[in-house]
Amino acid sequence: MPGKAQEKQKLIDKEEKRIDGRQLDELRPIKLEVGLLSSADGSAYIEQGKCRILAAVYGPREAHPKHLALPDRALLQCRYHMAPFSVEERKSPAPSRREIELSKVIREALEPAIFLEYYPRSSIDLFIEVLQADGGTRCAGITVAALALADAGIPMKDLIVACAAGKVEGKLVLDLSDAEDKLGEADVPVALMPTQEDAITLLQMDGILSLEEFEQAVNMTLNGCKQIYKLQKEALKAKYVSLKEETEE
Amino acid sequence: MSEIIAKVKQKQIAQLIAHGKRLDNRGVTDYRDLQIEVGLIEKAEGSAHVKLGKTEVLVGIKVEVGEPFPDTPEEGVLTVNAELLPLASPSFEPGPPDENSIELARVVDRGIRESKAITVEELVLETGKKVVVVFVDVYVLNHDGNLIDASVVAALAALLNAKIPNYVVEEGEVKKKTGYRQLPISNYPVSITFAKINGKLVVDPLLEEEQVMSARLTMTFDKDGNICAIQKGGGNGSFTIQQILEAAKTGQQIAAERRKLVVKE
Repeated sequence: MPGKAQEKQKLIDKEEKRIDGRQLDELRPIKLEVGLLSSADGSAYIEQGKCRILAAVYGPREAHPKHLALPDRALLQCRYHMAPFSVEERKSPAPSRREIELSKVIREALEPAIFLEYYPRSSIDLFIEVLQADGGTRCAGITVAALALADAGIPMKDLIVACAAGKVEGKLVLDLSDAEDKLGEADVPVALMPTQEDAITLLQMDGILSLEEFEQAVNMTLNGCKQIYKLQKEALKAKYVSLKEETEE
Repeated sequence: MSEIIAKVKQKQIAQLIAHGKRLDNRGVTDYRDLQIEVGLIEKAEGSAHVKLGKTEVLVGIKVEVGEPFPDTPEEGVLTVNAELLPLASPSFEPGPPDENSIELARVVDRGIRESKAITVEELVLETGKKVVVVFVDVYVLNHDGNLIDASVVAALAALLNAKIPNYVVEEGEVKKKTGYRQLPISNYPVSITFAKINGKLVVDPLLEEEQVMSARLTMTFDKDGNICAIQKGGGNGSFTIQQILEAAKTGQQIAAERRKLVVKE
């Protein structure tokens, strides 16, 4: 398919710059905000490139339905959902199979960080709403969900931070955009806990990578995660700085 | 899916693994016996029944003529579905697919799709209008651990077994000519699953091992030994980078051996 090949050529230019002007190992611009929804126990918002995602946490509260409650720890319930207008063609608001799978892997990525055993018989409910999707929504969703959990005061071992690397036109790149994800050769999303010796809590891959490329890709994500982790901590602090200013006025 | 397991059993499994042993006398990197029977469902275009130890999975392939997706007008369609039948385990319930069966189907799908196992370009009857749609239905008959690997092998064996009608388009209508042809298969994805128990990785976990594992890692390898799909799941644990890279190396070797049992070239 010559048309497709031409289209692909454009993703990385001769100077190894990507279509949005980034270097191969450069993250998209990230903006984080914590505690912006008043009804939720904790909330956060992320903009990563064109991704716009809201996360809210309710709980620990009574588990619903009740039979799901666990005798020895809290239940973490997670819903990853995309708004119908978040993508080019309207997405039906009913949960797709992809969303159900992502809700599961995101929950399993966050669970290792949370001291669920502190709240037996209760439920911690996490809602991730993708308002605009631009590649890497599961990773941005995890990054923002960790902030919402922290904002809700849920005790955690560490923040969870996530980031993807992939292969585009034969080159390994960090933090794929939508076009790079769709036209690229591979995508490796990773989530980890930086202070727990980089314990990896989410790892997926699709595409084709040799073992060596895979190792490099994972190492790239470690680097990306470190940068995002800094931003997460700043965003958490920023909320309390602004609170302090308000009370002093 | 969380069955209650006795503390003594948990301890036993952990102690055995600490000594490099397993409940069924395997070593930590030993795989269970694999039996494959193909073509047992005559009404399906392809079928395979796989026994991995006591785990049993049946896969049936059905094909239909349908429309391609608008963004891939020159490709046939692959659809994978998985059913965790209530007869397969006391913890499976009837009803619409839950997250476990959706995850299973999507991991099987990813292995087949990303390795380009099916040459979907050869399934086009009329560009943008009519293509062959391949349905892979995974039927779990007995659950004794590692459903993913058993399902991936069964799906691959069933695809290799499949014979589809000779469709032709005449004056805009799809007709079946006499005879059948093989599905165009050009890659052979094989997945290898590890369970992390007490900080150690074991390959091809039993159900009882899955009940005590803290996390699961599945890596799917194509015929050239490249990784084509990964899924971490199955609990609230994590992996170190070293564990993942080691699993990739071990998995690549085991996958190459296991592939010989499915693909006889």
